Amino acid sequence: MTDLPIQKSGTGADSAPNEPVAGKAKPTAFLEVRDLKVHFPTDDGLVKSVDGLSFQLEKGKTLGIVGESGSGKSVTSLAIMGLHRAGQYGRSKARMSGEIWLEGRELISADPDEVRRLRGKDVAMIFQDPLSAMHPYFTVGAQIVEAYRVHHDVSKAVARKRAIEMLDRVGIPQPDKRVDDYPHQFSGGMRQRAMIAMALSNNPDLLIADEPTTALDVTVQAQILDLIRDLQKEFGSAVIIITHDLGVVAELADDILVMYGGRCVERGPADKVFYEPQHPYTWGLLGSMPRLDRERTERLNPVKGSPPSLINVPSGCAFHPRCPYAELTGGASTTVVPELSEVGSRHHAACHLSAADRERIWTEEIAPKL
Amino acid sequence: MAACGGPGNPRAAAGPSTVLAYIIRRLFAVVVMLLVITLVTFGIFFLIPKWVGVDPATYFIGKQADPASLEGIRKKMGLDDPILVQFGKFLWGLVAGRDYANGTDVTHCSAPCFGYSFRNEQAIWPVLTDRLPVTMQLAAGACVIWVVVGVGTGVVSALKRGSALDRTLMTVALAGVSLPIYFTGMIALAVVVYGLGWIDGQYVPFGESASGWFGGMLLPWVTLAFLYAAMYARMTRATMLEIMGEDYIRTARAKGLREPVVIGKHAMRSTMTPVLTILGMDLGALVGGAILTETTFSLPGIGQAAVKAISDKDFPLILGVTLIAAVAVVVANLLVDLLYAVVDPRVRLS
Ligand SMILES: Nc1ncnc2c1ncn2[C@@H]1O[C@H](COP(=O)(O)OP(=O)(O)OP(=O)(O)O)[C@@H](O)[C@H]1O
Ligand code: SF4
Ligand SMILES: [Mg+2]
Repeated sequence: MTDLPIQKSGTGADSAPNEPVAGKAKPTAFLEVRDLKVHFPTDDGLVKSVDGLSFQLEKGKTLGIVGESGSGKSVTSLAIMGLHRAGQYGRSKARMSGEIWLEGRELISADPDEVRRLRGKDVAMIFQDPLSAMHPYFTVGAQIVEAYRVHHDVSKAVARKRAIEMLDRVGIPQPDKRVDDYPHQFSGGMRQRAMIAMALSNNPDLLIADEPTTALDVTVQAQILDLIRDLQKEFGSAVIIITHDLGVVAELADDILVMYGGRCVERGPADKVFYEPQHPYTWGLLGSMPRLDRERTERLNPVKGSPPSLINVPSGCAFHPRCPYAELTGGASTTVVPELSEVGSRHHAACHLSAADRERIWTEEIAPKL
Repeated sequence: MAACGGPGNPRAAAGPSTVLAYIIRRLFAVVVMLLVITLVTFGIFFLIPKWVGVDPATYFIGKQADPASLEGIRKKMGLDDPILVQFGKFLWGLVAGRDYANGTDVTHCSAPCFGYSFRNEQAIWPVLTDRLPVTMQLAAGACVIWVVVGVGTGVVSALKRGSALDRTLMTVALAGVSLPIYFTGMIALAVVVYGLGWIDGQYVPFGESASGWFGGMLLPWVTLAFLYAAMYARMTRATMLEIMGEDYIRTARAKGLREPVVIGKHAMRSTMTPVLTILGMDLGALVGGAILTETTFSLPGIGQAAVKAISDKDFPLILGVTLIAAVAVVVANLLVDLLYAVVDPRVRLS
C-alpha cells in the first residue's frame, strides 16, 4: 500500500493530535492548541476564520496543515506567532479565544511583550511570497542581521558572520558577496532560501512555513522542501508546514491536519490520512491532486462548489452543501455539527457517516479512481 | 569600479559607478532641458509682439516713446535680427556678458547677462541675485516645516486611524488643501501682526537682525507650508496605511521587533520614497505659491519681482525671472532624483 516514501524522523513520544484535555491544565506536548477561535468583526458580520481548532505537536516532528484557500491556515499560524494582536492596520482586530501552549507557556493570555520576545526566537515563520515578505530597501544581509540581533546582544560584525553562515547553510552561492544584495537581485528560490536563513538564524524550536513554495517554480519547489526537511533534521525544530497540496505533506509530515471552514475535519498520522482518509473532504482533496506515482486513469477531480462563507457558516456540517454523501446520514449532516471522533489509532475525523459507509465508499468509489 | 575596492559580486560592485553614470546622465539632461526652456521662453517673448501687432521696442522704453528712440532701442537690442541670432547673443551674454550698442551709445551688461532693463536702467542679474536669497529662504524654511509637520501628522493619523485625533487632524488638513494661500495668509497677518501685535510683519535681512528676520519670515513660512503640510499629511497617511499592510511589515513583526522599530524603521523607510517623489514635483510648483506669499507679506523676493515686472511690462525682467525659476525647478528636481536613487536601491541598481 505504501508506494510513496513517508519521511519519519524517529519515533519518540507519541505525537498524536489527541483530543485536548479539558481545562487550563498545563499540557505535556511541546505545542498544544486547544479550542482556538479567531474571529474578525467586519462590516459584513463576524468572520469566523478559525472556529475551535485543537492539535498537538512534539519537538522535532512535522505537522502538515492542508485545506483550500480561506480555510484558516494562515490565520492559525499568525495566531501562534501572536501576530493578530500586534495590530494590523487597516484590518479589523481579531477576537481570540482558546489556548496556545508552547513549552508550558500559554500565549493567548500572555503579556504581548513576552510573546514578542518569543517571536523570531522560539517560533519563526516563513511566508508564501518571499519577494513581498522582504523589505525592498534593505539588503538581504541587513534583514538577517536585524533578525539575529533582536534576540542576540552581539555586534553587527558578529551578526553579519552569522548571516553569511546561514546563507551558506541554505545553499546561497558566494554568500559573503550575496549578503550585500537587495532582495530584487535574488531569484525567487534564493529569496525563499534567504527567508529560511533568516527564520533559522535564531535556532527556533518551532518553524512555521506558510505555503513556502506556492510562489515558486515547480523545480525550485522540490529543492525548497528538501531544504526544509534537511534543516529540520539538523536543527531538530518542530515544523508546521501549510499547503494546499496533500502530496507535499504526505512526503514531509509526520501528522496531517485537514482544515475546512476554520475547523479541523480530519487529522492523524500522515500515512493514515493519505492512504486511508476517512473524511469526504479529504477524499476530494486527494482526487484533486496530480499523482506521479501511478498512471492517471481519469481526469483531475477538484472538490466541486465554492468554499463556505465564514460569516454565515452552513448549518450542521459546514461541508454539507458540497458533500455528495450528505444524504446518507439521515439529516444529521445539515443539522448537527459533527465532532472529531476516533476513526483509527491516533486518527480522527469529523463526519456523521457510519464506519461501514465510509469503508464502502472509500474502497468502492474513491480509491479505484485515484 | 576602482572606487568600490576589491573584487566582488559584479552586480554589487556596479553600485557606485552606476550611480555616477546616473548622475552624469541626469546632468546632461538638465543642460538640454534648460536650453529648451530658454529657447521656448525666448520664442514666446519674441513671437507674442508679432501676433498681437505691437512693436517689441515699446516693451523696453514704453508706448509713448518717440519713433527715433524706438528705432534706437531696436538697433541697440538687435530686435530686427532673426530669433536664432537673438537667442545666440542672449546665450553668449549669459556666458561672457555683452554690450548693447547703438553707435557710440553702449550699455555694458556683465556676465552672466540675463538681459538689461532699460526701464529701470539696470541689468537683470543683480536684481535676481538680490531677490533670489529671499525666495530661497522662504521656500527652504517652508519646505522644512511642511515636510516635518505634514509627514509627522500623516504618520500619527495613520497609526491612530479612526480615532478622534485622526479625524481632527484630517479635517484641518482638508481645510489646508482647500483654502487659498492669500486667505490663510491674510488671516494670519490680521491675527498675529495687526490683531495681537506679537511680531512685526516686516521683512528684515538676516544680516541685520536674526530675530527680526525670523519674526518676519515666520508667518510667510507657516502660511506657505500650511497648504503643503496639509497635502503631505493626507498623502503620508494614505501611504502609511497601505504600507502597514505590506507583507514585509508582517515579517518585521515576525522577527520580534518592537512596534516603534517596525514603524520608525521599516514603514517609514518605504513612506519616504513617495514623499520624495512628490517633493520633487512640488518644489517646482512652489514658484506659484511663493509669488502669492511674497505678495501677501511684501517679501522682496523673486515672486514679488515677477508680479511687478508683469504689471510694468518689463520684458527683460520677466524673461530673467522665468529663466531663474526654471533653473530652480530643474535643479530641485535633480536633487530630489539623486536623493531618490540613494533611497531606492531598485532605482539605483536597475
Ligand atoms: N484581519 C482579517 N479581517 C477579516 N477577515 C480576515 C482577516 N484575516 C483573515 N481573514 C479571513 O479569514 C479567512 C481565512 O484566511 P486565511 O488567510 O487563514 O486562509 P488560508 O487558509 O491561509 O488561505 P490561503 O490558502 O488562500 O492562504 C479568509 O476568509 C480571510 O478573508
Ligand atoms: S458530515 Fe455529512 S456532509 Fe459532512 S462530510 Fe460527513 S457526510 Fe459529508
Ligand atoms: Mg494563507
